[in-house]
Amino acid sequence: MADVKEQLAHTGPIIEAKGVNVSYGDKQALFDVNIDFEQNQVTSLIGPSGCGKSTFLRCINRMNDLVEIARVDGQILIEGHDIYGPDVDVVALRAHVGMVFQKPNPFPKSIYDNVAYGPKIHKTTTSKDEMDHDVEHSLKRAGLWKEVQDRLHEPGNSLSGGQQQRLCIARAIAIEPKVILMDEPCSALDPIATAIVEELIDELREKFTIIIVTHSMQQAARVSQKTAFFHLGNLVEHGETDQIFTTPKDERTENYITGRIG
Amino acid sequence: MVKDPHIVSSFDSDLKKVESLVLEMAGLVEVQVKDCVICLLRQDLELVSSIRASDKRVDKLELEISDMAIRILVQRQPMAQDLRAVVAALKMVSNLERIGDYAKNVAKRASVITEMVALGSSEKTITRMSELVQEMIRGVVDAYVSRDIGMADHWRAKDEEVDLFHNTLFRELLTYMMENPRNITSCMHLLFIAKNFERMGDHTTSIAEQVHYIVSGSLPDDDRPKSDVTSSITVDIDSQV
Repeated sequence: MADVKEQLAHTGPIIEAKGVNVSYGDKQALFDVNIDFEQNQVTSLIGPSGCGKSTFLRCINRMNDLVEIARVDGQILIEGHDIYGPDVDVVALRAHVGMVFQKPNPFPKSIYDNVAYGPKIHKTTTSKDEMDHDVEHSLKRAGLWKEVQDRLHEPGNSLSGGQQQRLCIARAIAIEPKVILMDEPCSALDPIATAIVEELIDELREKFTIIIVTHSMQQAARVSQKTAFFHLGNLVEHGETDQIFTTPKDERTENYITGRIG
Repeated sequence: MVKDPHIVSSFDSDLKKVESLVLEMAGLVEVQVKDCVICLLRQDLELVSSIRASDKRVDKLELEISDMAIRILVQRQPMAQDLRAVVAALKMVSNLERIGDYAKNVAKRASVITEMVALGSSEKTITRMSELVQEMIRGVVDAYVSRDIGMADHWRAKDEEVDLFHNTLFRELLTYMMENPRNITSCMHLLFIAKNFERMGDHTTSIAEQVHYIVSGSLPDDDRPKSDVTSSITVDIDSQV
């Protein structure tokens, strides 16, 4: 019933970015970005290095707050609420917007504690039994349970790279966020670990809205329904992934995805 | 369309190579279409064997281009216009190969048909049909090279005229067969020949559609004009005197 209520309360796009400008000191990194993200969709952000795609991703959970010289203007609404509003609790925001990074970064703790960390600090899970259940559930959803169920108390960084990345995904989903941000989650993984993570992204879509920054066009084409192309701080083109990769409208997009010198 | 070079220059040369092989193949096929009528009209059996030889080369080219296109898909994982060019080349070569087969089939019938000249205007109609198909092939290939969607659509629409020639021949040949059973052998072969040209026109149309796809990313959305009514033509025997 709660789900129905929630859905009734918010029917539009889950994330709306309106006129987002970002500067690092004198250097402007993003220019007037306007883009909506639909619920339960995977959107890829693509573009050459330095185009602003990671900067934009980091606006969505206010990671740019940590950069002293960064200035963010414009609005980002999540379910209609401005996340840069004066009354926003950034820690609570990040419980709704999880993040997975390029390099797997498990905490120097056990596999179990890595996953239990979020629920513990956000106090979403209290009893030991409940915690055991949540850890198992998150590890299962991250497709890691079978591989680690007998070694839950070994350190997280004893796992392979691909397993560590899935552990980070399990850690991110343990607090039931609405949105998961992924910043090149497979660039440090081998093709098999990459395939497993891609398969996982597709499964997680049922429950979460996912935004992924990737340098692999093939990966973007495989995992996402929507693709957005950034170039020199501008959002150049945003649309159905199929359309972007077969018939892009903008010449800059065409040049980038076909590997041409623009 | 973007004409900037690729960062990896060997990708450009791969795509160029595919295009030039498609052109070579189309050139051979066009000559086959021209020669097969000469075989027919002049009973030139030497030319028949030259068409057979050329057809072998066409088949080889189809394989070569397909292999190359598949290699590009694997190595370069092309996107957007590059992807469309490679996929379209794969389809176009099978159309060209079929056109070549039809021409060879026309040539092979040369030895059986001996009374063609006696059969009214069919010689002229078949010659005209073949010329039109040649023009169409040349036209769609030019459109392919210049990525000209208007030109591709223009030649695609020409197929209607090929259909009209086919209808005319169909009626004419039925009449000749009714007039004199001795005409039946030649007329039957001529009917197949007419049908072959009609099919060549259809395959050329498909190539034009691929050119449309390469340029725009979508196939033409209108139904092309068609006039082939031979599937419903009847000739009333009593109307013949």
